[in-house]
Amino acid sequence: MADLKFTEEHEWVLIEDDIATCGVSDYAQEQLGDVVFVELPEVGRIVNKDDECAVVESVKAASDVFAPISGEVIEVNDTLEGDPSLVNSDAGGDGWFFKIRLSDPDELDGLMDEAEYIEFCKR
Amino acid sequence: MSDDTSDHKSDDAPLKTPIYDLHVELGAKLVPFAGHAMPVQYPAGVMAEHRHCRAAAGLFDVSHMGQVRLSGPDAAAALERLVPADIQGLGHGQMRYTLFTNAEGGVLDDLMVLNRGDDLFLVVNAACKHQDLAHMTANLPGVTVDHQADRGLLALQGPAAAEVLAKHAPDVAAMPFMTGRALMLAGVPCLVTRSGYTGEDGYEIGMPADAAEAIARLLLADPAVAPVGLGARDSLRLEAGLCLYGHELDPTISPVEAGLVWTIAKHRRAAGGFLGAERIQRELAEKPARRRVGVRPEGRALARDGVEIRIDGAVVGQITSGGYGPSVDGPIAMGYIEAAHAKVGTRIDLMVRGQARPAEIVKLPFHPHNYFRG
Repeated sequence: MADLKFTEEHEWVLIEDDIATCGVSDYAQEQLGDVVFVELPEVGRIVNKDDECAVVESVKAASDVFAPISGEVIEVNDTLEGDPSLVNSDAGGDGWFFKIRLSDPDELDGLMDEAEYIEFCKR
Repeated sequence: MSDDTSDHKSDDAPLKTPIYDLHVELGAKLVPFAGHAMPVQYPAGVMAEHRHCRAAAGLFDVSHMGQVRLSGPDAAAALERLVPADIQGLGHGQMRYTLFTNAEGGVLDDLMVLNRGDDLFLVVNAACKHQDLAHMTANLPGVTVDHQADRGLLALQGPAAAEVLAKHAPDVAAMPFMTGRALMLAGVPCLVTRSGYTGEDGYEIGMPADAAEAIARLLLADPAVAPVGLGARDSLRLEAGLCLYGHELDPTISPVEAGLVWTIAKHRRAAGGFLGAERIQRELAEKPARRRVGVRPEGRALARDGVEIRIDGAVVGQITSGGYGPSVDGPIAMGYIEAAHAKVGTRIDLMVRGQARPAEIVKLPFHPHNYFRG
């Protein structure tokens, strides 16, 4: 069963079995403005939760994207190299960044669900 | 100098320009900039605003900039002691881009000077205006330095600018680039110059502050015109290869290094008589140590201000402005590099996040200028 979670760094995590698909939230893409470049991690890289894992550059600034959870990067969204604007047009779908195979599923308990995240953004 | 009650130090709450309420109404994202609350973008976003300006016309609020009137019988001759341009030879209605130099031959600010016949009208950078006013007041004895803080300044830029503005003031259509004149616009006496900071044809329009909103609304009512914020103002000027004070220009950089020799009058290159002339004359004769260049990174990663330029691992320069050029559809940058490596076509590495990324020195501008020469 798929489970959607969010981090305080405005990343989303969609968990299916032990695979987490990660991207930045719609709120984040709106704050970033027009995205013009995304630097993705290497497939096979082992990341710890909160490691700098990707970079998203908008017309305004470069921002780090952190690993929302620990594990191994098993796939990245290569289409963002050619069309980084997918992050703006479909942040929660085609604009996904990378997939991580979870090494510590307990970390998921520290993430927010959608309702909590919406409240968090209002703060 | 005039009463300067509306200006305070930048650590106070940001000042509002005369069309602040209109920015809010248009949904602008406002940020503090040079002591003013300025729109960085509107809901359309930087990319769309940039492209709209290149395709039709953009309206910019540049009321934060300093508008200064210099008067007195010898104002032009006096000003020439502080700038290397030919000011005395400036015809009535002619405008020139120039630089305040310092004694070391560096740049204190860049500015526009318009000869209005009875006086000189200057537009200086917002962040430098108080320093510029003090500099002029101290060094231009016998000249009245009047900061016109009670005036607004709007820029209308883009290929449709002339057609739009001529609907309200037909005389603007025939004005050549870098000229200025007084005109009535919506029943208000305005100062219109054919100039700008985008590389496009267009105008800057000065008016009494209390008329700025009505004129902005009048222009925005035209379907060709959209508001443009500081974000796109920066990407437009970067594509046009124009210097930004604090980036390509600062007190250590000379006009020769900056590639602005064209702003130094030919007779003044030999005669001197302006601050820092010794260094500038030496660099004209012997070539400067470094030069401003255009940089085109390969791939899509951006190289921003501060990025190191290396060749074969050795640091040879630094990026001073960099970002994404929406009309170029890729990353672009300007920077300073040792003169020996400044040739167009030179391969360089840009150190972005600790990684060397290939790039090339290219000709400026990145996007061709589209000025109306008459």
